[in-house]
Amino acid sequence: MTPLIFAVEAAGDSGTSLVTELAILALAAFVGFEVISKVPNTLHTPLMSGTNAIHGIVLLGGLILIGPADGVLEDALLVIAIAFGTINVVGGFLVTDRMLGMFKGRREDRRGGGP
Amino acid sequence: MTFALFLQDQAFIDVLYIVAFVLFIIGLRMLRGPRTAVRGNQVAAVGMAVAVVATLLIEGIGDWGLIAAGIVVGTAIGIPSARSVKMTAMPQMVALFNGVGGGAVALIAVVEYREALESGTDLPLDALIPILFAAIIGSISFWGSNVAFGKLQELITGRPVRLPGGSAVNALLALVAIGLAVVIAAGVDSQLLFWLILLFAGALGVLAVLPIGGADMPVVISTLNAFTGLSAAAAGIALDNVALIVAGMIVGASGSILTKQMADAMNRSIGNVFFGGFGGGDAGTGAAGATAGGMVKPTTAADVAIQLSYARLVVIVPGYGMAVAQAQRAVADLASELERRGVEVLYAIHPVAGRMPGHMNVLLAEADVPYEQLKEMDDINSEFARTDVALVIGANDVINPAARTVTDSPIYGMPILDVDKAASVIVLKRSMSSGFAGVDNPLFYDSKTSMLFGDAKTSVGDLLAEVHAL
Repeated sequence: MTPLIFAVEAAGDSGTSLVTELAILALAAFVGFEVISKVPNTLHTPLMSGTNAIHGIVLLGGLILIGPADGVLEDALLVIAIAFGTINVVGGFLVTDRMLGMFKGRREDRRGGGP
Repeated sequence: MTFALFLQDQAFIDVLYIVAFVLFIIGLRMLRGPRTAVRGNQVAAVGMAVAVVATLLIEGIGDWGLIAAGIVVGTAIGIPSARSVKMTAMPQMVALFNGVGGGAVALIAVVEYREALESGTDLPLDALIPILFAAIIGSISFWGSNVAFGKLQELITGRPVRLPGGSAVNALLALVAIGLAVVIAAGVDSQLLFWLILLFAGALGVLAVLPIGGADMPVVISTLNAFTGLSAAAAGIALDNVALIVAGMIVGASGSILTKQMADAMNRSIGNVFFGGFGGGDAGTGAAGATAGGMVKPTTAADVAIQLSYARLVVIVPGYGMAVAQAQRAVADLASELERRGVEVLYAIHPVAGRMPGHMNVLLAEADVPYEQLKEMDDINSEFARTDVALVIGANDVINPAARTVTDSPIYGMPILDVDKAASVIVLKRSMSSGFAGVDNPLFYDSKTSMLFGDAKTSVGDLLAEVHAL
């Protein structure tokens, strides 16, 4: 038990220890590998664009830091970071939706009269 | 009051984060099939909304005016650009969205570092190292993506640019950036050094992407996508934020797999794309191509229309040229007219046709081409032997038989569509210029190949009119 407690304290801030975080990191990597490995080529573009939108989650980093941050420069940098992250998220999901909408719409149209 | 306390409870926020991951994973899984994909994307978007709301609940989150400003500006830029972008310009849009994500990571790393310096507390190494990692990778991703955008948008030449020094300079930049990071990690507190790290990493991003030819852009964008994911995960470790760690790492891992799959489709290693690759043998292959050259056989829309109408099986091979000319709808119209006349029509989709994997599928889907007619390379290559006419629309490198035979060709070893096995080949092309790889194509000089020169959209329109007239 002792090493774990030590790790928790060493992590500083609130909450999760470095070891736990690394474990989460490793598991998330496997999830990422697993989730993507059987996607047909056809859907690679929407998939890339979809995962692209997800890493816009870095927006959360801006939200967390902007409260404690002081000084005009830091505030400005963080507002830009939040704006960037939002563009990434909003734009990414919308663009993916537009691409995928084409696949879906056409498929349903054709359901009646397919070959 | 107790309700508000409950909402701000760390455990409640963590539970919301867990809900968000589950939604991300379910959403990505649903992206595996065309029928569930739209909902999959929406599920992932809901997951993101949950994660944002959860973060806003955290105690001490503040400066609501600034937060609102950032989100409003981001939304005001993101929505219209995502709505108005043409399907053909999708690769550069994705590159740009990826770039701003990387930029956000780098900026967050800067602020986190400055915060620590100003408060006088030494950051523990387990926060400092991820911050430095996030700064380097985020900066590479931001600048690299912007160069990729510039190349795809044709603000910068899409051809491979040869830089003096080449990969030696890149290696040096990487070494300097990492060296400075080690100095900071070793205990030297300096904002200047931190900014220098961003500068050198950014220069590396620019110089690494600049020499890469347009045909390799899919691999580049996918790599940078994975980079941004990894840097977000690193930022998550620094900030002790599980949502960032998980989402960032899922993207980092899936992006890496996707990159590898794409590189495999071109029979090249990722290192080969970034170092060496198409920049290398330009002069030599140009000369080799010229010797293989000969007379091309131009043809007319009327002739091609007759060939198409009396064929049993026509295989359409779309490439970047079709995208540039916005010819996908005309192509789909031509195909359905041929089908009406009893001709079987299939589309041969090379995994890296266009500037993004699946680029052609998206465009043809936009033009209402049935999903079942889009054949992947492995499925269609056996069909070319019984194909009467292969109609190549603005594709070049992906059908170049030199990839099979010419060992010193930059595209040697890349799996190609076996268009040359078809009974007859019609190539629609603007001019005799070579593809993005800058390699001449012996198929164009083959005796069974005819060239229909002109803008792809105009040519296909002419073909349709001629077929109608028959």
